[in-house]
Amino acid sequence: MQIYLPIAEVSVNVFLLFGLGGLVGVLSGMFGVGGGFLITPLLFFLGIPPAVAVATGANQIVASSVSGVLAHLARKSVDLRMGVVLLVGGLVGSGVGVWIFTLLKDMGQVDLLVRLCYVVFLGVIGGLMFAESLRALFRTRRGGAPKRRHHSWVHGLPFKMRFRTSGLYISAIPPLLVGMSVGVLAAIMGVGGGFIMVPAMIYLLGMPTRVVVGTSLFQIIFVTAFTTMLHAATSYTVDILLALILLVGGVLGAQVGAAFGTRLKAEQLRILLASLVLLVCGKLALDLFLTPVELFELGAS
Amino acid sequence: MRAVWLFVLLLAALPARAEEIVMGLSKDNVSISTDFDGSEILIFGAVKREDPIRTEPPLQVVLTVAGPKTPVTVWRKERRLGIWVNTEAVEVDAAPSFYAVATSVPWREAISAVEDLRHEVSIPRAIRSVGAPMEIEDAQVFTDALIRIRERAGLYQLHEGIVTLTESTLFDAAISMPANITEGRYTIRVFLTRDGAVVARHSSVIEVRKVGLERWLFTLSRNEPLLYGLMSVAAAVLAGWGASAAFRALRSG
Repeated sequence: MQIYLPIAEVSVNVFLLFGLGGLVGVLSGMFGVGGGFLITPLLFFLGIPPAVAVATGANQIVASSVSGVLAHLARKSVDLRMGVVLLVGGLVGSGVGVWIFTLLKDMGQVDLLVRLCYVVFLGVIGGLMFAESLRALFRTRRGGAPKRRHHSWVHGLPFKMRFRTSGLYISAIPPLLVGMSVGVLAAIMGVGGGFIMVPAMIYLLGMPTRVVVGTSLFQIIFVTAFTTMLHAATSYTVDILLALILLVGGVLGAQVGAAFGTRLKAEQLRILLASLVLLVCGKLALDLFLTPVELFELGAS
Repeated sequence: MRAVWLFVLLLAALPARAEEIVMGLSKDNVSISTDFDGSEILIFGAVKREDPIRTEPPLQVVLTVAGPKTPVTVWRKERRLGIWVNTEAVEVDAAPSFYAVATSVPWREAISAVEDLRHEVSIPRAIRSVGAPMEIEDAQVFTDALIRIRERAGLYQLHEGIVTLTESTLFDAAISMPANITEGRYTIRVFLTRDGAVVARHSSVIEVRKVGLERWLFTLSRNEPLLYGLMSVAAAVLAGWGASAAFRALRSG
């Protein structure tokens, strides 16, 4: 069944979109990533114009994140206090990011920069996570207790706050900075930033994996809602019909994913996410290095 | 088809002057509704004349359907440091969003190069490109690329010999528009040629418009972007909450 999208101005198969939304929703609920890094390239592949794909992707992530957060709230695995601190940084960061984005757009080559950003960040984060979780997996196999090893400069900073749900007593500065840098990257790359946020919370802030997913989703809701509004108001590229189809699949998927995620061990979850991140990274890198079939590209002017 | 023949009969009853085209379309407008999956328009007509039919040289028909023209930037990729990068760009001043040409005989017999140039009939002629930067010597390949990409998307079509011409008087052809067309005023032109020279021409307009929900959403997104944005976010939040509530009810029930 085909449906014509009013803003994207193309006709696509409803079930394909529904399935795509569902798949990304499952990942979202399982890992606490918005799934923007997956849905945006997949929408390009379906022939949706890139600008519409980025903006609408953000809108659909709002829905799957809300659904995911509610599931996590019920299990009390959301650190609201930490979420708000991250969010404050995130909103400042995405403002800065949008500004940088416009600046680069005027200089041309913004497409390439976005793609390079994807490859570099997905590669580094995926690689690090993969290595780390493999090590952790072997440690638990051998029965040794996992060491908590984060008490360097992070613990010497002022403005300490107590994050009860995370079991942390650290300065508010690192979460603010993490939120901000993720916000900047999110705006440039057109994603929620969960795939950067999740490892940052685990490795930089030392939050327990259990609360990381819910907290990440919590702050993604607001960052992506902000991005959606910004896109709708400035570039008119949010396709509500496309978003609705994607999100119906997405919200259902997120529930399934959240239920599924609790049954897996933290290390297994991290290895899966890392493999997925590396897979997308590899695909994008190939596109950059291999000779394209069509050497020309059309752009609006 | 009955409408076509009725039309033709009516025509025959009219007093005629020189060789002139009288044209009809199977529809006055194309509506893009939610389930829009491309459209086919039937273009038909007749040649009105007062003199007996001249058979030599034979009469031929060329017709075009053109979507609204917009400027397009064509980028060329080159390998820099191992990575494929957009390096050079050519602005094509005006390229139709959709363009179909149909003829009654193979292209070269249908219309001469001079007439093609004058009336901008063939696909390359329908694209206007004057502003190629000086440092790009092979600007033509950019226009070729534009045509190639749009042809592959079904947006540019050349159909040789699909126009049926009966007794040098009645003609008809069906042009199919793909699902990815944009809205606007589409111009339909019909040329009658003899020995490659245009002897008569006629043009008409067909309106391609979004209707119903499509129209409403599109207008809202342009006129009330903030409201539209809020609506999108609200819909997302509601859907997320709804799914969560539904699942909880399902599990407890």
